[in-house]
Amino acid sequence: MLRSDYERDLSSLQADLREMATHVEQATRRALNALENQDLELAQQIIDEDDHIDRLQDALEDKCVTLMATQQPMAIDLRALMSAVHIGVELERMGDYAEGIAKICLRIGDQPLLKPLIDIPRMADRALTMLDESLQSHANRDEWLARKVCQDDDAVDDLYDQIYRELLTYMLQDPRNIERATYLLWVAHDLERIADRATNIAERVMWLVSGHTVGTGSMKSDRSLR
Amino acid sequence: MATTSMATRPAVRAINVGVYYGSNKVIEGVTMDMPEHEITAIIGPSGAGKSTLLRCINRLNDLIEIFRMEGEMWFGDFNLYAPDSDPTQIRYRIGMVFQRPNPFPKSIYDNIAFGPRINGFKGKMDDLVEQSLQGAALWDEVKDRLKESALSLSGGQQQRLCIARALAVEPSVILMDEPCSALDPIATLAIEELMQELKKTYSIVIVTHNMQQAGRVSDKTAFLMPDENRVAHLIEFDDTRTMFTNPSDERTEAYITGRFG
Repeated sequence: MLRSDYERDLSSLQADLREMATHVEQATRRALNALENQDLELAQQIIDEDDHIDRLQDALEDKCVTLMATQQPMAIDLRALMSAVHIGVELERMGDYAEGIAKICLRIGDQPLLKPLIDIPRMADRALTMLDESLQSHANRDEWLARKVCQDDDAVDDLYDQIYRELLTYMLQDPRNIERATYLLWVAHDLERIADRATNIAERVMWLVSGHTVGTGSMKSDRSLR
Repeated sequence: MATTSMATRPAVRAINVGVYYGSNKVIEGVTMDMPEHEITAIIGPSGAGKSTLLRCINRLNDLIEIFRMEGEMWFGDFNLYAPDSDPTQIRYRIGMVFQRPNPFPKSIYDNIAFGPRINGFKGKMDDLVEQSLQGAALWDEVKDRLKESALSLSGGQQQRLCIARALAVEPSVILMDEPCSALDPIATLAIEELMQELKKTYSIVIVTHNMQQAGRVSDKTAFLMPDENRVAHLIEFDDTRTMFTNPSDERTEAYITGRFG
């Protein structure tokens, strides 16, 4: 087979991205556990571990640059490398949102949560499913699944909208709720951003497969509150 | 400024090598270690002394009367230019593949058997021929036509035959002087792929004016460039990935980005 080392390096990008995504998913789930159980030690651990995701991104980028510089990738190979770099950036930022949630845990400290978490875990589940499916669509070059991920973002936006209205009600009821409500709103916002980044990955997959640019945000209706 | 790497044991080591043709100095002060089981590429513009430097390694320049080399060239612990060293023996241990495939006008089989016969090879010739053709990834294509003329092969096959011929005398280093410049892209990729296999057993030094090829195949890259007096110098020598992503000399950068040369 021709260019087997090159082929192997190209296909290893998939595993690199999956590894990053697994860390992001775990960091997000653990951050929500930390929030729910007000486990500050766990929150701090998540913050410390974000460096690892950053290093994975650096290594991925380094690999892509070397392949571009030495192997003259063309057509689908070039798009594969470009999309791996882009997806790496998206995943790194998702890691930052998970870290953001952990930081909110520290700010809340031992104040009791304003309300039990109901819609926030639901949002997290949906956003992380989108992340998983976006990576699956990348691995399988599955345009249909990528399109589904983009469409699923609407449901996350709806949940965010709902949380926003609910927390607003708490704030209106009693201004002393404002601080704790804002913290929860920030958490919801971080999750909403994770879903958006998963959408970006899916759009990148559609570009990878078709070679045509899908305008950012064109795959979803703009109903979110950003 | 040249850097050398000590990452693996050098197969060939050039120490302050300078080359003269008569009173003309053409290469000055090249010091570099070409590591074992790696591919070292020598790149540079025309007239940069790439082939001359390569031919210093197996003493092929000795055939040019006005050639003179200063400095040292080592092959493992063996000083290639020691007064008692035998260039013919050296060329068995350090094989060479040239720009244009140059099979002998003989059968495929005899092309491979030629060197070992002269060398007084006593083993099973059929096995050696098969093994050498296997090593050059040519066996499957020619096993049923070993008695046919080597000239009936395609250009890419002929070049792999020349590689097989070099392997038959059991070298440990293979020098390649622009081995793909007469080949089409598919035959070129076949040779490049073969080089990745060969480096597991041999050490390879390749001269190429195709910079992209150096990027694709090599572990180490040396960049040679002539100065205003047309004396070639080693400008930079480093891991290929470093050379192609972040070279330390601006002349290397200008060359690999296509801004000169």
